[in-house]
Amino acid sequence: MSEASDYHPSIFRGLWALTGRELKKWLKEPIMLLMAILQPVIWMGLFGKAMNLNAMFTASNLQLDTSKIPENIVIGDVTIPRDVLIQAIQQMFSDIGAKVMRNVFGITDYFSYMSVGMISMIVMFTTMFSGMSIVWDRRLGFLGKVLSTPVPRAAIILSKMLNAALRAVFQTTIILALAIIFGLKLSETFTLFNLLGVYAAVFLVSMGLSSLFLALALRSTRHETQMAIVNLINMPLMFASNIFFPINMMPKWMQTIARVNPVSYLTDAIRQLTVLQLDTPTLIVDFIYLGVFATLLSVLGVILSWRYLIK
Amino acid sequence: MVEDVIKAEGLTKIFNRSLIAVDHINFNVQRGEIFGFLGPNGAGKTTTINMLITVLKPTEGKAFVLGYDVAKQANEVRKVIGVVPQEYTADEDLTGYENIMLCADLYGVPREIAKKRALELFKLVELTDFKDKKVEIYSGGMRRRLELACGLINRPKVLFLDEPTLGLDVQTRAAIWNYIKRLKEEYGMTLFMTTHYLEEADALCDRIAIIDHGRIIVSGSPNKLKDSLGGDIITISVKENGDVTEIIRSIEHVKDVKDESGAYRIKVEAGEVAAPLIIEALRRKGCTVTKLSLTKPTLNEVYLEYTGRTIRDAEESKESLIARRIMLRRARGR
Repeated sequence: MSEASDYHPSIFRGLWALTGRELKKWLKEPIMLLMAILQPVIWMGLFGKAMNLNAMFTASNLQLDTSKIPENIVIGDVTIPRDVLIQAIQQMFSDIGAKVMRNVFGITDYFSYMSVGMISMIVMFTTMFSGMSIVWDRRLGFLGKVLSTPVPRAAIILSKMLNAALRAVFQTTIILALAIIFGLKLSETFTLFNLLGVYAAVFLVSMGLSSLFLALALRSTRHETQMAIVNLINMPLMFASNIFFPINMMPKWMQTIARVNPVSYLTDAIRQLTVLQLDTPTLIVDFIYLGVFATLLSVLGVILSWRYLIK
Repeated sequence: MVEDVIKAEGLTKIFNRSLIAVDHINFNVQRGEIFGFLGPNGAGKTTTINMLITVLKPTEGKAFVLGYDVAKQANEVRKVIGVVPQEYTADEDLTGYENIMLCADLYGVPREIAKKRALELFKLVELTDFKDKKVEIYSGGMRRRLELACGLINRPKVLFLDEPTLGLDVQTRAAIWNYIKRLKEEYGMTLFMTTHYLEEADALCDRIAIIDHGRIIVSGSPNKLKDSLGGDIITISVKENGDVTEIIRSIEHVKDVKDESGAYRIKVEAGEVAAPLIIEALRRKGCTVTKLSLTKPTLNEVYLEYTGRTIRDAEESKESLIARRIMLRRARGR
């Protein structure tokens, strides 16, 4: 009988097993799956359709008072009929509206603008649950059990991050599909390769954000506290970003926050890849920022878990 | 080879800088024995076990499992131990089989070996018919058995059991005891367990330590502890009249005799050995023993002797107990 163990717990096997557990739990709960899909649909329906900004700027909705327009305008020997005139004026207003929309949002269609922003939002909601799930695992004793096994500590936290990221990617697909059904117009530059880019961006931010929430939850035993912290962080992340409105329309102080907010970079990357014209240099900047963000926070999360998972 | 499989030296855990859960305890567990920590809830048993299984860091002192330092070589310790926690930690959404394979993955047991061993363990804990059912539908006893199986998937050299029969009915408890005994025999493992059931400590443990308020009050084999109380009581009735007190007093092992109007109450060291000697000696003197009863002191008396209260009393100061438990659980992070 040898004293040393014959087994070699590896980070990959542990990671695979723990992630598998989380995904199995997720898939076995059809209600959770349904909720995960319903939530963005509701947001898209309520926010994307209710805030119908392009309708606001369309002349037919402006109901211009045409009674003051005279019958026919005669300039020299040219007679301009009244309805042509009205059409021209309405066209002008529509053009102004479209210009305003294009200037502000980059496209004329607010629904397309906002619905892809929903992807960023769902990334935030999905990742915040990773922090909650580690609190639950601790309370149920599951975490203690896992900690007593030789599985590398990094596998424990990485599995939660990976799980959040895979879920976010899955939900991204659903949101995009639904948004297209509801009237999202993809840009001419969209290809399947762009979709992979969207997945990559979502994956990076999910890893980073979930690592942040996990690090905050490492020692926590109360999910109420966790919920409060998450809400405190999520609201500013959501509104001080370009999910709903472009950054340069914000007050200066808010712009400062929005410009360091990873969610802004995520949303920008997704928009460029799906509904806007591709601007390669800014897209590269987006991805560099997201890559650095994800790497830094993941490393931080793993280092903190070495120190603080055990009391 | 290390003879002391577990060794604790001045092991201490203080929560939040003020709550002393475990207070400088020393003990050692030898190869192949079942060692039990006996004490009321909140005495520091779980805290001790959590330090030994490397889930809690000791505040002071040292502990070694198979020679590995639990603080400095935690990962080596984790590889050679198995843990059956107090809570039901199996994932309810997964099946029993999925749960046990998850444990195998965490320990890095090769897949093929793990599959074979899982089936073997399901047979051992008699859960084969339920292995593909979700743990959700398992009863308390079944969950405990599943925990036991999970704790064995890596063929640990040392198995830690935290209150293995807490909250189970008498029959299920007896069944779990059987599994534990079989484990010790079949695999030659060393077992460390905590319990607040006296009968359990008595039935299973080769040696116990009575722990109260974070300190070990006394330790030894259950029989030795019971003997230390002054031995067994043999009560006999003798047919012939006439005083036989002196005859009895001269027999080996007898410590004291009292004549209680026709019956003799004899305090002896080892009752089973002394009883036939007494009968034989009296027969040689021409006296016939008509009745004999042998009473062995239980751990209850031991507990009473060393802590000044029965284990039930200790449990019944409920308010302080609950307060302490909540405090401990919070500090431990449960």
